[in-house]
Amino acid sequence: MVGSRAQIRRAKILTWIALLLGACFAGLPVLWMVASSFKSNLEIFAYPPALIDHSFSFSAYLAVLGDPGQLRFFFNSYLVAILVTICTVVTSILAGYSFSRYDFRFKRFLTLIIIGVQSVPPITLMIPYFGLIVWLGLYNSYTALVLTYMVFTLSYAIIMMTGYFNTLPRDLDEAVMIDGGGSFVTLWRILVPISLPGIVSVGVYTFMLAWNEFLFALTLTRTNDMRTVPIGIHLLMGQHSFEWNQMLALSVLGSLPVLILFLLFQRYFIAGMSAGSIKG
Amino acid sequence: MDTSEAHAILESGASGWEKRKRKFLPYAYLSPTLALLSALTIIPIATVFLYSLVDNVIVNPNPPVFVGLDNYEEVLTNRKFRGALGNTVYFALVSVIAHFIIGLSFALLLNTRLIGNKTKALFRVIYILPWVFTASIIAILWRLLMNPHGVINFVLLELGFVQEKMEWLSDRDLALNAVTFINIWAGYPFYMVSFLAGLQGIPDDLYEAGRVDGGNSWQLFRFITLPQLRPIIVSLALLDFIWTVHQFTLVWMTTGGGPMRSTEVLSTYTYKAAFSSHEYSIASTLAMIILAICTFIGIFYVRNQRMADE
Repeated sequence: MVGSRAQIRRAKILTWIALLLGACFAGLPVLWMVASSFKSNLEIFAYPPALIDHSFSFSAYLAVLGDPGQLRFFFNSYLVAILVTICTVVTSILAGYSFSRYDFRFKRFLTLIIIGVQSVPPITLMIPYFGLIVWLGLYNSYTALVLTYMVFTLSYAIIMMTGYFNTLPRDLDEAVMIDGGGSFVTLWRILVPISLPGIVSVGVYTFMLAWNEFLFALTLTRTNDMRTVPIGIHLLMGQHSFEWNQMLALSVLGSLPVLILFLLFQRYFIAGMSAGSIKG
Repeated sequence: MDTSEAHAILESGASGWEKRKRKFLPYAYLSPTLALLSALTIIPIATVFLYSLVDNVIVNPNPPVFVGLDNYEEVLTNRKFRGALGNTVYFALVSVIAHFIIGLSFALLLNTRLIGNKTKALFRVIYILPWVFTASIIAILWRLLMNPHGVINFVLLELGFVQEKMEWLSDRDLALNAVTFINIWAGYPFYMVSFLAGLQGIPDDLYEAGRVDGGNSWQLFRFITLPQLRPIIVSLALLDFIWTVHQFTLVWMTTGGGPMRSTEVLSTYTYKAAFSSHEYSIASTLAMIILAICTFIGIFYVRNQRMADE
């Protein structure tokens, strides 16, 4: 069934129209946000609205970048996200290795628990966490954020790492074992280096989840010097006079790390995104 | 030396000590995970369950009193709870259905052969954009657009779709739909990406055979594409339903559950019970109810994943 030239042409035009409409739906709101961050606060809701107007300036960005309090949010976000990523990657490699290469009594049960953790609502954990973290003396600390974030990053990470190790033939590690290498050596010298693509997927996905977390950061920190970017935005929103342009500038700056990571590691990101639904 | 021989050597060489070590090793590798998960999920869930069975927890100076299921009765018969439950179900169901439709349409568009690969790659980046932004930023973004003096009202007024400036997020009759719309915008890329991966996994032979049998595009879609995507559709929908029930940030930062509780969902209601009214027993009861809902759906998700594995 080959369509005539005219039919193909018509199909092409329709596809283009649909693609452009979709791009408007996805992209225009973002474009408007970025454009508005360059306006003065008075012009944000000017009538009639314009994408770019006479008030175009970088002043909102300079205000954010010149404020040590707001820079601190970025420092905190980076620090926590990087720590979470490192801890999650290491822990999930160990767990993934165990699930992929060993048969043991509670394997099925533990796999179930790991998958099941994904459905535990953060809000359910939040109430006991508050008490637990205060009791442990970790309230308002980076440790509290790193540990609690790992609860929801670890489950995906383990599922992804196990899946990745499963694609690698067992002969590889058995050859090393026969040469006298222990299982730990095998994992570190053989499996980890060839699993780099899988590890990168886990890493970028974890970083993004950690960078974006809100609820635990809101409830487990008290002072502004411990708060992350999403909470910084929330605080700006709570002020009496809305500094719209600064809020938007902070939002744009706060999205850049994930956006850059995404553009650099698109393939890995997508592998991470679809892992939960396809592989499990 | 091939693997079976290697296996034999490994097995025969294993002394009692080696065997025990081999039994113990998988748990050793899992120990960090198990420690973290038991400390930060299993124990907390047990705690929250206990809290839900007593009165006067955490802040009250009086000693805790065991009240059995009284808190559950109090919550389940409460009108505010039913309102929040209804809103949550509406929010989640509409989101899941719209995510599915938009995600699949975009995936099909990006999978077409009519457009060059470079162009498709560019559109794919644009379509994924909403997913790059965190919920608090998405909230700001839409509060900007949906502001009564914002650009959405301007466009709708100019086109004559509305006669006056609409209060999208502060009108009782509009707010829930507005928040649901924002959640739809924020969540479809996850479906799109998963469907794209799924579509690329469907063998071309199937379509060839379908065309030979004289199927038109709709029939090919209906009888090949949809059935092939079925396992993905089921797990996406279940996972998304769970996530939408979890959703707190987006609602909290756009409407905070208002106006007049018209966008109150279970998570914002629970948060307020805990941190605004300091009714920790009630909040814990609510937290257990949300957990029960999510676990119930989670069971289906796990079963579906298992079937996909086998």
